[in-house]
Amino acid sequence: MEFLWDFFVAPFLDMIEYPTFLGEVAISGLLTGVMYSLVALGFVLIFKASQVFNFAQGAMVLFAALTLVGLMEHGVPVWGALPVTAIVMVALAFAIERGMLRPLINQPPITLFMATIGLSFLLEGAGEWVWGSNVKALDLGIPSSPVDVAGMLLNEFDMIAALVAAVLVAALALLFQHTPMGRALRAVADDPQAALSLGISLRTIWIIVWSVAGIVAIVAGIMWGAKSGVQFSLSLIALKALPVLILGGLTSVPGAIVGGLIIGLGEKVAEVYWGPVIGGAIENWFAYMLAMLVLMFRPQGLFGEKIIERV
Amino acid sequence: MTVQSESVAGGGGEETAAAPEALLRLDAVEVVYDHVISVLQGVSIDVPEGGIVALLGPNGAGKSTTLKAVSNLLRVERGEITGGQIHFRGERIDKLAPGDLVRRGIIQVMEGRRCFPHLTVHENLLTGSYTRKDGKAAVRADLERVYEHFPSLAERRRILAGFISGGEQQMLAIGRALMSRPTMVLLDEPSMGLAPQVVARIFSEVRQLNREEGVTFLLAEQNANVALGVADYGYILDSGQIALEGTAAELQDNPAVREHYLGLSHAVEAASDEGGHAG
Repeated sequence: MEFLWDFFVAPFLDMIEYPTFLGEVAISGLLTGVMYSLVALGFVLIFKASQVFNFAQGAMVLFAALTLVGLMEHGVPVWGALPVTAIVMVALAFAIERGMLRPLINQPPITLFMATIGLSFLLEGAGEWVWGSNVKALDLGIPSSPVDVAGMLLNEFDMIAALVAAVLVAALALLFQHTPMGRALRAVADDPQAALSLGISLRTIWIIVWSVAGIVAIVAGIMWGAKSGVQFSLSLIALKALPVLILGGLTSVPGAIVGGLIIGLGEKVAEVYWGPVIGGAIENWFAYMLAMLVLMFRPQGLFGEKIIERV
Repeated sequence: MTVQSESVAGGGGEETAAAPEALLRLDAVEVVYDHVISVLQGVSIDVPEGGIVALLGPNGAGKSTTLKAVSNLLRVERGEITGGQIHFRGERIDKLAPGDLVRRGIIQVMEGRRCFPHLTVHENLLTGSYTRKDGKAAVRADLERVYEHFPSLAERRRILAGFISGGEQQMLAIGRALMSRPTMVLLDEPSMGLAPQVVARIFSEVRQLNREEGVTFLLAEQNANVALGVADYGYILDSGQIALEGTAAELQDNPAVREHYLGLSHAVEAASDEGGHAG
């Protein structure tokens, strides 16, 4: 009986009794969720435009963060290191198109998926070869001191990070919905061959989406790197993005964002309120359990693209 | 179908087709899929500027492949031109990328319409102007022209293309191609899956575009009856080879053609002469 009370009643009483604490937990969860969203967004962009499931997205995050930290360790200031890292990621997109996508054109999706596994090893190896494999601290000079917002203590760095992520997502939404390039990207996502017949160059589109995914990886890398240090395990956050993709739908940009937020929020709240009851570590498996439930009841995800079928 | 003789290019169809100034010329083109499957075995076709040429024949004869050989959409289907040459305005084009061909004025409207279902009608049309560099005003003017030709598209411009009818999708696919300002449109099986009166409307629009805008058409069609109604000249493709060619009138009068390709026996001839009748 006591367990049932602790599990089904006590957490909710706690929430009602200390709403500011609930607010703090929720917001910190959402901020973590923003980072999941960013990694998932990289997956979605590439998958939509080229039907490639990019296993190397996590490695790209690591590679971007390593490049940035490495440059800064060699005395390059942040405002110089950021654009250089961006250039490196765009150059990487060109190299991937030339060395991986173009030779594998017309190959089945599984072949491309395996190629991205190879790519992830290559990026991890190259990053550590150039910049070393020790854990590096990423200090952007943004204080992580707590600030008081409406009675809740929030981390200043987290808030800035969330703001940057929001701006990035808004910029991408504008790019996709309101520019000729964005229209071409969506056309390719719908029907690559028809897009080709109109003269839309698939190669150009691939380079653009991989570049955008690279830029998104920089932002994700900075945010995660500043929190937990830039190290090999950064590439494993791709594994956290998988449940986000299942929840949000593999082809939906809004789905990636909302899915990331739901998982970030859910796992934090579950950990804080239900962790003590069942012995903790909920954060580690919550996302996967949620993904499993989604697969059972709504396999296309919350926002999976409706399939329009008409003759 | 007596309108034939009035058509500008129709009268000279037979002579100009053989003359060197053909807009598009396929010369003994051979196509192989997957390195082994031979689909075209030496196809030669001439399309005069301002004409409508029909490419007829049964399913699997190689009509679509012929069009894709010209627009170079073969490669994504693992097809390859292994012999022959293709010239457009006297320039060899069989090694050019699809985008370069669109910039030179050749565009294909693919079989099955292939509109982008998650883009609106309006956005679909705009994707057709992707290769253009002549500014927004010119694109907007062409948009209005397309909407004039296809008023039902104007009404549905904010609707996702996946939700409009098949006939409207075919008009959209043609309109989208026109947005590239083509000299020549390769139109693949426009009648597929459409009701006879819708087919008739689309073909009359093709003829109008040909006359008013001067667009040249190479038209692949199983429905030979309807296609010969608008075309000046026709080729009949069978098993990857040209079996027969001639002016539309000659083909329509040819008893062998009537029997094998127009699907007409003498008994139903009179009834089918109205055109728009699915063969």
